[in-house]
Amino acid sequence: MNGARTAAQPGPPLWLLLELTYRCPLHCAFCYNPTDFARSGPELGTEDWLRVLREARALGSVQLGLSGGEPLAREDLEIIVAEAHRLGFYVNLITSGVGLTEARIRALKSAGLDHIQLSFQDSTRQMNDFLSSTRTFDLKSKVAALIKQYDYPMVLNVVLHRLNIDHVGEILEMADRLGADYVELANTQFYGWAWHNRDQLMPSRGQIERAEETTRRFRERAGRPMRIFFVVPDYFERRPKACMNGLGSIFLTVTPDGTALPCHAARMLPGLEFPSVSASSLREIWFESSGFNRFRGDAWMKEPCRSCPEKVRDFGGCRCQAYLLTGDAANADPVCDLSPHHHLVTEIVARAEGPRCGEKPLVFRSPANSSALFP
Amino acid sequence: MNESSMPPASRPMIGRGFRLQWEPAQNAYVLLYPEGMIKLNASAGEIMKRCSGEATVAEITADLERAFSTSGLAAEVAAFVDLALQKQWLMAAAP
Repeated sequence: MNGARTAAQPGPPLWLLLELTYRCPLHCAFCYNPTDFARSGPELGTEDWLRVLREARALGSVQLGLSGGEPLAREDLEIIVAEAHRLGFYVNLITSGVGLTEARIRALKSAGLDHIQLSFQDSTRQMNDFLSSTRTFDLKSKVAALIKQYDYPMVLNVVLHRLNIDHVGEILEMADRLGADYVELANTQFYGWAWHNRDQLMPSRGQIERAEETTRRFRERAGRPMRIFFVVPDYFERRPKACMNGLGSIFLTVTPDGTALPCHAARMLPGLEFPSVSASSLREIWFESSGFNRFRGDAWMKEPCRSCPEKVRDFGGCRCQAYLLTGDAANADPVCDLSPHHHLVTEIVARAEGPRCGEKPLVFRSPANSSALFP
Repeated sequence: MNESSMPPASRPMIGRGFRLQWEPAQNAYVLLYPEGMIKLNASAGEIMKRCSGEATVAEITADLERAFSTSGLAAEVAAFVDLALQKQWLMAAAP
């Protein structure tokens, strides 16, 4: 056995993310869902999802994320949560809150839901709506009150981008008024719809610095405890993120039509087999499919990663970002300034500093736009 | 005095938002919390699984000493309980 070439036997997929549906009442231009979602197959049925849960739990999965689209669009969400809880998952719901009525949160709580992450959905129009303190805020206030009433911590996730990042002060004020315990200010990562709208959504370095400064001042202000996490966008870093802790290491996600992936965006990677949970067991998929094995270990790496001492820390960064920017998923993530392709990232960042003229309109995530992009 | 230290007569229980469970796939007790997991080593697992909110720190120590036919664990248990309190893995049950 050649130890240098053989990835160690992978551990369990500790993290299972089920994207239950692509249906969503929102149309966020920064959504990471694939732009061709309209042509994906039909959603799995209840029994299929329950079987996926049982198979994953038998493999050793413990953390479950229920996401989408908007997972509340599934009428069987409570059934799925109940089975996940019975199996011993820690069950996290990732939701916009649209559709979270008192009847549903009561049912979800009694089904064993452990945690809710409320995302503050935003498009420019909705942000303006919010900033003028109208309907959006009323909806969020209601949902936030329900979350607290049912004894969950109030965790708010806000996606930042060029068009809203200057409002980070107002966003934090809003989070404070909603009684948030945790706020994640997550700068847009550029996959899916966000990749399509990248140039319009890319903030300038000045915008990011001002937003960080505003956040720092807000943290210092005395008041009730509210923990704030500010996630800088990849493109402004000099080293890549340890994406998914290495593909096929701890994370397994299933798309609405049952395709199993080693990360949210991996379906775009060419030449890989991503089996359906309807045709293969999760055990076969996790241990045997090329989609999960291709980027395990470090034998696939090229220079500069191959001989880099930091490869054990960042695993070469994000395969999807390497593919999107350089055309080869086995290249170093060009966010790394050791990558020979790093200039691609710095050029994109430099363009965000320049004057805006003849800007393309944003393409919002919707079935109609998806079908138009992929007729 | 360390604010988070717990007197031997108080009764620790698993902190709010955390869940302790045995994971056969990892051959370990794990502590689950929103979007995260801590894998406990053997002694931490043995202490935590006794933190039901009913037993006092002194009773937990005595039970461990019985279970492992040993003595003199009080300092180690107290140190772990203090650490777990700081990290909010444990909290004191209402008296």
